[in-house]
Amino acid sequence: MTNDSILNKLRFFRPKRTKDGCQEEKTADNWAEARCGQRGWEDFYRRRWQYDKKVRSTHGVNCTGSCSWDVYVKNGILVWETQNTDYPDSGEGCPNHEPRGCPRGATYSWYTYSPVRLKYPLIRSSLMEMWQNALQLHRDPVSAWTSIMDDPEKRNRFQKDRGKGGFVRATWEQAATLIAASLIYTIKIYGPDRIFGFSPIPAMSMVCYASGARFLSLIGGSMISFYDWYCDLPPASPQIWGEQTDVPESADWYESTYLIVWGTNLPMTRTPDAHFFTEARYRGARVTAVAPDYAEYVKFADTWLPAKAGTDAALAMAMTHVIFKEFYMDRKVDYFTEYAKTYTDLPFVVVLDPDGDIWLPGRFLRASDLGFETWNAQWKTILFNAVDHSFRVPNGSIGFRWSDEGRWNLKMEENDNKIDPLLSFAPQADTWKTVSFPLFESHGAASKTGVTPVKKITTPSGELHVTTVFDLMAAHLGILPGQAPGTTADYPTGYEDPKPYTPAWQEPITGVPAADVIRVAREFAENAEKTRGKSMIFLGAGTNHWYHGDMIYRTIIGMTTLCGCQGVNGGGWAHYVGQEKVRPQAAWSQVAFGLDWLRPPRQQNGTSFFYFATSQWRYDNFNPETVLSPLTRTAPARHMADYNVIAARLGWLPSYPQFNQNPLELCNEAVRQGATSDEDIVAYATKQLKNGALRFAMEDPDNPDNFPRVLFLWRANLLGASGKGHEYFLKHLLGVENAVMNSDTTLRPEEIQWREPAPEGKLDLLVTLELRMSTSALYADIALPAAGWYEMHDLNTTDMHPFIHPFNPAIDPPWETRTNWEQFKTIAEKFSELAADHLGKAKDLVASPLMHDSPGEIAQPEVNDWRKGQAEPIPGKTLPNMSVILRDFPNTYKMMTALGPLAEKAGIGSKGVVWNASDEYESLKATLGTVQQAGISQGMPTLEEARDVAETILALAPETNGETAVKSWGGVERRTGLSLQHLSIRRRGEKYRFDDLTVQPRKIITSPIWSGIESEDRRYSPFVINIEEKVPFRTLTGRAQFYQDHAWMRDFGEQLPVFRPPLDMLALESTQVRRDPGKEIILNYLTPHSKWSIHSTYSDTLTMLTLFRGGEAIWINDVDATKIDIKDNDWLECFNVNGVVMAKAVVSPRIPQGTAFMYHAQERLINTPGSKLSGQRGGTHNSVTRIMVKPTHMIGGYAQLSYGFNYYGPVGSQRDEMVVIRKAGEVEWYED
Amino acid sequence: MKIKAQYAMVLNLDKCIGCHTCSIPCKNVWTNRKGAEYMWFNNVETKPGIGYPKKWEDQNDHRGGWQLKEGSLELKAGGRLSKGLSIFHNPDLPTIDDYYEPWTYDYGSLVNSPHRRQQPSLRPRSQLTGDPIRLEWGPNWEDDLAGAGETGPGDINFKNLDYAAFLQFRNIFMFYLPRLCEHCLNPACVASCPSGALYKRDDDGIVLVDQERCRGWRYCVSGCPYKKVYFNWKTGRAEKCIFCYPRIEAGLPPLCVHSCVGRIRYVGVLLYDADRISEAASAASDQAVYPAHMEILLDPEDPAVQKTAAAEGIADAVLRAAARSPVYPLIKTWKLALPLHPEFRTLPMVWYIPPLSPVKHYSESSQEQDFIDSLRIPITYLANLLTAGDQTPVRQALKRLSAVRHYMRSKRIENKVDKTLLDRVGFSEETIEKIYRLLSLASLEDRIVLPKTAPGDANLFTRQGACGYGDSI
Repeated sequence: MTNDSILNKLRFFRPKRTKDGCQEEKTADNWAEARCGQRGWEDFYRRRWQYDKKVRSTHGVNCTGSCSWDVYVKNGILVWETQNTDYPDSGEGCPNHEPRGCPRGATYSWYTYSPVRLKYPLIRSSLMEMWQNALQLHRDPVSAWTSIMDDPEKRNRFQKDRGKGGFVRATWEQAATLIAASLIYTIKIYGPDRIFGFSPIPAMSMVCYASGARFLSLIGGSMISFYDWYCDLPPASPQIWGEQTDVPESADWYESTYLIVWGTNLPMTRTPDAHFFTEARYRGARVTAVAPDYAEYVKFADTWLPAKAGTDAALAMAMTHVIFKEFYMDRKVDYFTEYAKTYTDLPFVVVLDPDGDIWLPGRFLRASDLGFETWNAQWKTILFNAVDHSFRVPNGSIGFRWSDEGRWNLKMEENDNKIDPLLSFAPQADTWKTVSFPLFESHGAASKTGVTPVKKITTPSGELHVTTVFDLMAAHLGILPGQAPGTTADYPTGYEDPKPYTPAWQEPITGVPAADVIRVAREFAENAEKTRGKSMIFLGAGTNHWYHGDMIYRTIIGMTTLCGCQGVNGGGWAHYVGQEKVRPQAAWSQVAFGLDWLRPPRQQNGTSFFYFATSQWRYDNFNPETVLSPLTRTAPARHMADYNVIAARLGWLPSYPQFNQNPLELCNEAVRQGATSDEDIVAYATKQLKNGALRFAMEDPDNPDNFPRVLFLWRANLLGASGKGHEYFLKHLLGVENAVMNSDTTLRPEEIQWREPAPEGKLDLLVTLELRMSTSALYADIALPAAGWYEMHDLNTTDMHPFIHPFNPAIDPPWETRTNWEQFKTIAEKFSELAADHLGKAKDLVASPLMHDSPGEIAQPEVNDWRKGQAEPIPGKTLPNMSVILRDFPNTYKMMTALGPLAEKAGIGSKGVVWNASDEYESLKATLGTVQQAGISQGMPTLEEARDVAETILALAPETNGETAVKSWGGVERRTGLSLQHLSIRRRGEKYRFDDLTVQPRKIITSPIWSGIESEDRRYSPFVINIEEKVPFRTLTGRAQFYQDHAWMRDFGEQLPVFRPPLDMLALESTQVRRDPGKEIILNYLTPHSKWSIHSTYSDTLTMLTLFRGGEAIWINDVDATKIDIKDNDWLECFNVNGVVMAKAVVSPRIPQGTAFMYHAQERLINTPGSKLSGQRGGTHNSVTRIMVKPTHMIGGYAQLSYGFNYYGPVGSQRDEMVVIRKAGEVEWYED
Repeated sequence: MKIKAQYAMVLNLDKCIGCHTCSIPCKNVWTNRKGAEYMWFNNVETKPGIGYPKKWEDQNDHRGGWQLKEGSLELKAGGRLSKGLSIFHNPDLPTIDDYYEPWTYDYGSLVNSPHRRQQPSLRPRSQLTGDPIRLEWGPNWEDDLAGAGETGPGDINFKNLDYAAFLQFRNIFMFYLPRLCEHCLNPACVASCPSGALYKRDDDGIVLVDQERCRGWRYCVSGCPYKKVYFNWKTGRAEKCIFCYPRIEAGLPPLCVHSCVGRIRYVGVLLYDADRISEAASAASDQAVYPAHMEILLDPEDPAVQKTAAAEGIADAVLRAAARSPVYPLIKTWKLALPLHPEFRTLPMVWYIPPLSPVKHYSESSQEQDFIDSLRIPITYLANLLTAGDQTPVRQALKRLSAVRHYMRSKRIENKVDKTLLDRVGFSEETIEKIYRLLSLASLEDRIVLPKTAPGDANLFTRQGACGYGDSI
């Protein structure tokens, strides 16, 4: 500060003038004053702002933001971060991407030096003690670990201590040795398929994800999927388009002129992008918000439709009724009709199955039905050509995809002859038939009838009655075609008739006035008509996180398809929950899953894994009978778990642990039995499966031989955030005290061995590699300190914008923290060293499912179970694929740290697209340098540093290497017979290096891995390539499908989009533990994304805690609160059979009655008192949830309904759940 | 006429997403230290609600700002004499509970916890006393209408409205109000300071507390009707938003503006007539203050203004920036942006574009005539907040916003421009296009127009080698 005299401090003695001659002034009757001079003190704040450097980085959390940040370092200390604003320009007429960021990301620097950070490797003290004693006794680490595992008392003792504190500091050497010993023990005794890794959403820090995934894949462990497990995967997307998820980038919202925001809270969860939404309004876009509460996005709407939570499909069915009637039946809109004929399955022909007097919608008619001789005739669907009145096999169905005809395209042709498909048979019907449709209402399932125009055709196997999907839709929706004869079927007389699916019908279900439904439906469709498809619907957790979320989505997406909005800039669906985009996906997966060394990797679907691993299946009282279609004649399985077992053995879903035998031992046994080749080993395993000597582990999940044994968590907080059925995790997987109040049901599976008592503590070792003491770290046996996002090199992309961002270290990882890459290298090195003595090389039989985008997706035109004698067990056909892999365990470290030979020789690809990468491989040798050390990796490009991995991804990916982009179209061009290279050719010369990204984020190049076009002239919109270039959707018909004809889809009544009410969780006895009904209230329990965290990350930063209520909170309506004498900020006890969570009440008129909102991923670490009910500390938001699986998500080997990792599979839904809430009064803190 | 230049800010509440990103870098850089824990130079409040500190708007409680007494302006808390008499006891000072007792957690105990019977968990502890506390209030306690059923009735903006009717599910409304120091033309804080520690910078109008001169009397704290001056309990001095002058001086926007991902903030130069401040602040009625305030804002493109300003020594670069100012047209020409509680008579220089909201009775016809009245946010509420209850300017601003949307829609969708609306709001097509661009397309350099002028010091050559060394060189 300046030298300041005593006199200066008193107002009246201050000099009035300075030497600069500046005039000091007073204004406003001398009350206000301007001062000049005496301002030297102002340096006080200037010095604070001064810094030494800033470094470009970003955040790798599970977030779709992907924002570029400057990180500031002052005096060697990382002090704060601000958003970058230097994104490449969007071009004229579109807002720029500056700034991007959110309040959560802005607090990240807090973690750097926070006392909650993990600074050193930590081991649970009881385990550490046992381990050190055992090492003294045994010297060999593997023997030492064996001695602990062989002693049930010891194993039980350290398991029981999980989560109770008591960590001690260890060295990296100690921790790595223990981990390596446990891995080797597991591989030896049980098999590598008992080792698991869980880490979500790679796009946000893809090298970090790859670090553990690569190591585990190389040793035969399995990564667990997350997108389906989180229930963020919309199964409707693969069902409709065969595409996991592809969505418009946020700037494309600005193109839209009608936006319906339907269950995704854009301001809260798409914070950096929300401005495109608010700004589109000034460009003339209208906004409708569908939300059960007055959510943040409702603030920006013109219309709010407050539909009751979970009833959205009823609303959408009524809107579809209006659109279909007014824009297809009463009046034909050329744009819509043309779109429907070309890009949807509406004109495709469906066989009707007789059922007494009525008919049921059956399978798609196939070329094989008509006796046509063609490749894959069972997989080619049929149209009726209006020109020559004949049934035709148009290009583009999936049968063409897996043949070499070059006709897998959407040209409306058969053998080069033009076709004009008939959308409806109504004008040319041979006859009309009454068709029955399932009707699902909250009081139970029933059926309704409609009439449909029918053509009769004679086929080699007899006469068939057929109609079109369009005609079925009309009958299903309750819209009678003008040509129809008089009927007694169930048709409403008008919109005001409360029969399905009119606006009046939905009113009592959703609470939305019929008039508003009609108005919004018309506005939506009229807007699409006038703009050729620029009507957009935003979807997300609010609509997807339900047991029947796929049906909610199918009804809503149907509106965009009917109005020709998909594949149009500014139109179509916009799914924003958990979606991500590893833009350089093919290149990244090479490295991440070790495909450059060994193929295939093991990849387990999360929902099934946790359903069995945490024994939640044992409590599942959800009888499949209750969700079956009332019209099916197929007997249901007895238990939901049975469907999963069937799906595993037919090769539909993966199942790791794999068999009831160590897969290494299985290979040895086969050799002992005379196998001399890999084929012999596979044949032996197949024989053993057939005769029942070898069983799937899933058939006996509670057998200790079939437990998952080791689990790694990194970039993941399974226990504090995503673990649905948290208390079951604690009880069965970890074996610790828990608040489960549920008991086994009487419902018993028929495919699974029931064991008593239920096992507790399945997991030998839980390792968490973490920045901070999260719930998962707290419950881990070993917590390894990880580097933060400002301390590493990595890459980051999202689908919300076209840029790729770098991470750069602003400081070195402090204390003994290490980046994920270095952490897993440390483990790999120790593992390799111990493996030399214990494992050597060994053959491993890997069973893997019939994969999406592989020939396996046309393996099973019908459901035939080999176990029931309906088929022969054939790997890759009626069984999973089986591959024998030679694992070179002692060379794991060398493999991990070099780019292996298959990258060069076997090609790179994804989604069925493959290209050769030998040029890139050669150039990487020069860029990265090669491994000098003698051995298996000598001469190969080195992957020693995380930055090398990033550079490798950039070089191999078509999205960041223009030359590769052009090359990568080759295979697609052959399959489709289309010319497509032009989509990337303008950017052929571009090739990004890591340093380029550090200078400025760069825009991605168009590639065949994605369905939209990256261009300077337009924004990314999904399916543009399908629509404009006529590349088929990856579905059975090659078109967007309203109709799902798989046998299981028909059994569950889900052929067509239909409303299914939320599950009746009261009937499923969720709340049967209530104690004092007079003082309790039962509410639907919703878990939307939080404003004050990205999942659990940031939730513990002091700033985020300060900006709301400082700990766990549950929102309820004020009228509901009054009923149980609750005031705002009172303590609540919230519970059901699954467990208890303690939280502060947030009472608000914004919340609808009957619902409780607990914003998700609130951990039990902060401001969480004890529960009187459980006698333990209150739980997490997931303590009152459990997994409910849906059989139709398990279908496989059937075109778009084929498994892919994070792509298709059962989702872990949780929004149907009900809870009991009561006032907790004074609380205990349980600090002993 | 005495022309002065001031940096002013406009916030478009119609775009604000309530994300609070603005608050965080501000906190990280300026108030992330002992004594400043509870200070938020920038905070965001959900309306309806009573905010931070509690009921700051209610001057019957807090007695901040100015009032007219027998036609002349005086501080609501009393003049110099009464202040002198009560200098050791300021009855209007907010208590820490009005803000919130800043808390933290013993984070390290989670990592270092010994083995316990129960899973360890962190309890909030006061940052002032270190003791466990029960959390009762915070800087954003009412986020998204949390507890609004209980606090809402205390929101003075419900004046002349039946609050109970609005605080129920079907009728509920909400919007966000980001708040920072208003850098007023007639700052009550400056006038309240017995030590003369507060001043308004001559060159840019930023109001500061001299950290060397402040004696900790805290009359600025109570005198500011926006409660944007805080007392640092560690240093014993008052602190407040500094409009990020270390950044502003370099031509960079304040951190809250830089960080605004909703892109709702605009910063630019305003020219005003300092001779008429007193006249404007003393306007005869509360509702007359806003029009009087507008009167003294000068047209930067008026040659007479430019000439006088140049003669008074305002730098050329500043005048050029004033002419390109994004805030001037928003405030003065188009009258989209309105002041916050002009009845406090401080002549605030942070302005707000009022928010549109969903139509309430959507099933009824919503003709343009009654469209504004059918919005969920009652006009009366917005008028109480922004125009001392005068509905006319609020209606005009909302209609104009709506007209931009309507015009653009007709142009894009119908391919023909609907001009009927333009006349009704008094806008030409060019004006609408300009507004559209500024509200949605404007990039950072369009939203923030600041001169990058060096300090007015003759001897910059010497300063070049010495700056940064402090006074020891």
